[in-house]
Amino acid sequence: MDRIEKMVMAIAIVLLVVFFGAIVVAATSYGVDVPTCITDRKPFVESAPPFKTSDQPLRYEVHTVARMWMFDPPEITVPPGAEIDLYLSSADVVHGYHVEGTNTNLMAVPGAVTYTRLKFDREGTYRVLCHEYCGTAHHLMVGTIVVSHRAMEGEQ
Amino acid sequence: MNAALKLPVEPWARRLVLLEIVLPVVLLVLGIYAGLLQVLFRAGVIQAAEFWGWEYYQALTLHGVVNAIVFTTFFAVAFGNALVPYALGMKLPLRWAWVSGIVMIVGTLMAAWAILAGKASVLYTFYPPLMAHPLFYIGAALLIIGSWIAFFNWIPLYLRWRREHPGEKTPLAVVGMFATFIVWLIATVAVAIEVVVLLIPWSLGWTQEVNVPLARMLFWFFGHPLVYFWLLPAYTMYYTMLPRLGGGKLYSDKVGRMVFMMFILFSIPVGAHHQFAEPAVSSGAKLLHSFLTFAVALPSLLTAFTLAASLEHGARQRGAHGLFDWIVKQPFFSTDGWMFSYLIAGLVIFIMGGISGIINASYSMNLLVHNTSWLPGHFHLTVAGPVLLAFLGMSLHLLATYTGKAIRLKRLAVAVPYLWLVGVFIFSWGMMRGGLHGEPRRTNLGMSYLNPDSPFYNPEWKLYVTVAMIGGIIMTLAMIAYFTVFFATALRSRTQQPAAEFPLSEAYHDEPVGALANLRPWVITAIVLIVIAYTPMVRDVMRGTFSNAPGYEPHNPAPVNQIEQLDTSP
Ligand code: HEM
Ligand SMILES: [Cu+2]
Ligand SMILES: [Cu+2]
Repeated sequence: MDRIEKMVMAIAIVLLVVFFGAIVVAATSYGVDVPTCITDRKPFVESAPPFKTSDQPLRYEVHTVARMWMFDPPEITVPPGAEIDLYLSSADVVHGYHVEGTNTNLMAVPGAVTYTRLKFDREGTYRVLCHEYCGTAHHLMVGTIVVSHRAMEGEQ
Repeated sequence: MNAALKLPVEPWARRLVLLEIVLPVVLLVLGIYAGLLQVLFRAGVIQAAEFWGWEYYQALTLHGVVNAIVFTTFFAVAFGNALVPYALGMKLPLRWAWVSGIVMIVGTLMAAWAILAGKASVLYTFYPPLMAHPLFYIGAALLIIGSWIAFFNWIPLYLRWRREHPGEKTPLAVVGMFATFIVWLIATVAVAIEVVVLLIPWSLGWTQEVNVPLARMLFWFFGHPLVYFWLLPAYTMYYTMLPRLGGGKLYSDKVGRMVFMMFILFSIPVGAHHQFAEPAVSSGAKLLHSFLTFAVALPSLLTAFTLAASLEHGARQRGAHGLFDWIVKQPFFSTDGWMFSYLIAGLVIFIMGGISGIINASYSMNLLVHNTSWLPGHFHLTVAGPVLLAFLGMSLHLLATYTGKAIRLKRLAVAVPYLWLVGVFIFSWGMMRGGLHGEPRRTNLGMSYLNPDSPFYNPEWKLYVTVAMIGGIIMTLAMIAYFTVFFATALRSRTQQPAAEFPLSEAYHDEPVGALANLRPWVITAIVLIVIAYTPMVRDVMRGTFSNAPGYEPHNPAPVNQIEQLDTSP
C-alpha cells in the first residue's frame, strides 16, 4: 500500500471510532439507550391500564398486550409529565409499537416481554402504530396515548 | 480498450448459465410489477386490499422473495459458474453444476407456487409465528442447498489450480467469488437450522410450537450477511472489471484482497443490529454488534477510495488534468464499454446507501427509523442500487457473450442505469422523509393512513408517498427498458461464436500479498469472532424467553392448531 492509501485507511478508522464513541457517550452519559433483555417478567395476556406502583407522583406502570389486530388497552390516558413503565407482550404474532413523533420504538415478540420507559411532557394525543407486519389487517392496528390534565382529576 | 480474452465454453455449461440468468430475469418481471403496485397502494391511489387478484402483502412477499432472494442467489451462482472457471482457465465440472441448478429451480418453483396461491403471505423474512405452507419453507431450503452445491463444485477446481500453479497469486476474481460464498455458506447454516429444524416440522404439524426469539436470532444471523452476499459479487465486478471499463487499471490489487478478507471477518457477527428494538437480547450484545457493524463499514470506505483512484488514474492516462476533469472524462455514455454505465451509476447510488446504512447501525439512533419506511428507502439504495445494476449489467453481458448475440438497442441499454438512478433517488427521498415522520413500512397505507375515508387518515404523509410513487414509476420505466433490451437480444439470431469473455483489469500496484494469499486464517478468525458475538446472544435468548408460540395464518387471529381441532370435532 502506498502513502495515500495508508492515510485513507487511518482517516476511515478515526471517523468510525468517533461515530461509535458518540454512540457510547450518548448511551452512558445521556441515557439514550435501546430496550434490553428483561428476565423478571413473564409474558402476559391480561392488560393493565396505567396504575401506580409507588407514592411517587406521575409515575405509572402499564401492561399492554398486542394482538391481531389491536392494542389492549386500545387507549391510555396519562397526565403531562407522566413517566410510564411500559411492559409490552404479544398474545399471538410479532407486532410493532411505535409512538408517532417519538423515539419509542419497540417490538412485541411472543415468548418475551419488552420494557421501556415513556415520558410525555406535552398535552396531546399520540398514536401508536403497529409497524411490523402481523397479518391481513395489520394496517388497521393503531392505539392511542392521550396526555391530558384530566387524567389527574379523574384520580382524585 | 483492447478486446478481452475469449475462452470457449462447453455447450452444456453455456446452457446452464443461460438458464440461471434467464429464469430469474423472467421472474423479476413479476417482482417489479409487485413493486409498482406497492407504491400505488402506499400513495393511496389503490385503496383496496388487493388489485387484480394480488393482495398487498402477498405481492410484497413476492417482491421481497423474487427480487432479493431468488434473483440474487441465481445470479451469484450463474456468475460464479461463468467467472471462476474463466479466471482459472479451466472447465466447469458439469454434473454437480447441473444438480445445483436443478435443485435451485425446483425449490424456487415450490416457493413461487405457495406465494402465488396465497398460502405464504408471510413476507420474505417469514418471521414465525406467522406460518406459511410447508412448500414455502422447503422451497427456500432447496434454493439454499442448491447454491451450496454450486460452491462445493468450484472448490476442487480451485485446489487443482493451486497444485498446478504453485506460488502464483489466486486471481482476484476468484478471491471475490470465494469470499461471497464463504460468507454465504456460514450465514445460511443458521437459516437452514431455523427452517429445517424449527419451521418445516412445525408447518407440517409435527411440532406444535416454536421458540420465536430463537428463530429471530437465527434469521438475523443470516439476514445481515445476506446483504453482503448481494454486495460481494458487485464488489468483484467493481474491483476486477470497472477499472478496465473506465480505461485504467486497478489502483491496488492488495487492497482489493484485504477488503474481501475484511468482509469474511466482519459480515456475520453483526445480526443484532436488526434487533435493537426487541426483547430477549441485552443492550450489551446490541452494542457489541453495533461496534462490529462499524468495523464492516471500513472495507467499503477503502473501496470508495481505491475505485476512485483507479478511475482517476485511467482518466489521467487519457489526458485529464486539473482537479475535476477526470470525473468528467469517464466513459459514462460509451456504448462499447456499456457495462461501465451500470457499475458507475450503482456506485453513485451506493454513496447514499452507505451513509443511510451507518445511520441505521447507530444503536439508539436506529429507534428513530426502525421499521419505518426509511428502511426500504435505505435498502433500495443498496440492493436495488449497486447490487441490482451490477447484476443487470452482468446478466445482459452473460446473455450476449454466452449466446453469441450482439446486444440490441445498446443506447437504450446505456440509458437504463441513469434512469434507474433518477428514479431510485426520488423514490428513496420520499420513503426516507416519510419514515422520519413515522410512516411505517410493510403496510398497506391505501387501506388506512392514506385513505381519506379511514379514521386513521394522515394527510401529513401525502407528499412523501406521492414523491415515492413518482420515483417508483420512473424505476418501473427503467426496468421496462431493460427487459426490452434483454429480450430483444435473447430473441435475435446469433451474430458471433459464443464464448466466455470478461473485461478483467490489470493492477497498477501489483505487490506481493503476504498473509492475504491464504483464506484459511481469515475464515478461522471469522468463526472466532462469531463465537464471541453470539455467545451472549444465545444466553440472552435462553434467559429472556419464557414460552413458545403456536402458528398463525396471516388472515386468522386464532392459532392454526386450534382451527384444526375445530375442523375435526363433530
Ligand atoms: C420498480 C421498482 C421497485 C419499486 C417501485 C419498489 C417499491 C418498493 C416498496 C414501496 C417497498 C416497501 C413496501 C412496504 O414496506 O410496504 C419495497 C420493499 C422491498 N423492495 Fe422494492 N421496489 C422496486 C424494486 C426492487 C428491487 C429491484 C429490489 C431488489 C433487488 C427490491 C427489494 C425490496 C425488498 C427486499 C423490499 C422489502 C420487502 C419487505 O419489507 O418484506 N425492490 N419495494
Ligand atoms: Cu400488529
Ligand atoms: Cu444489517
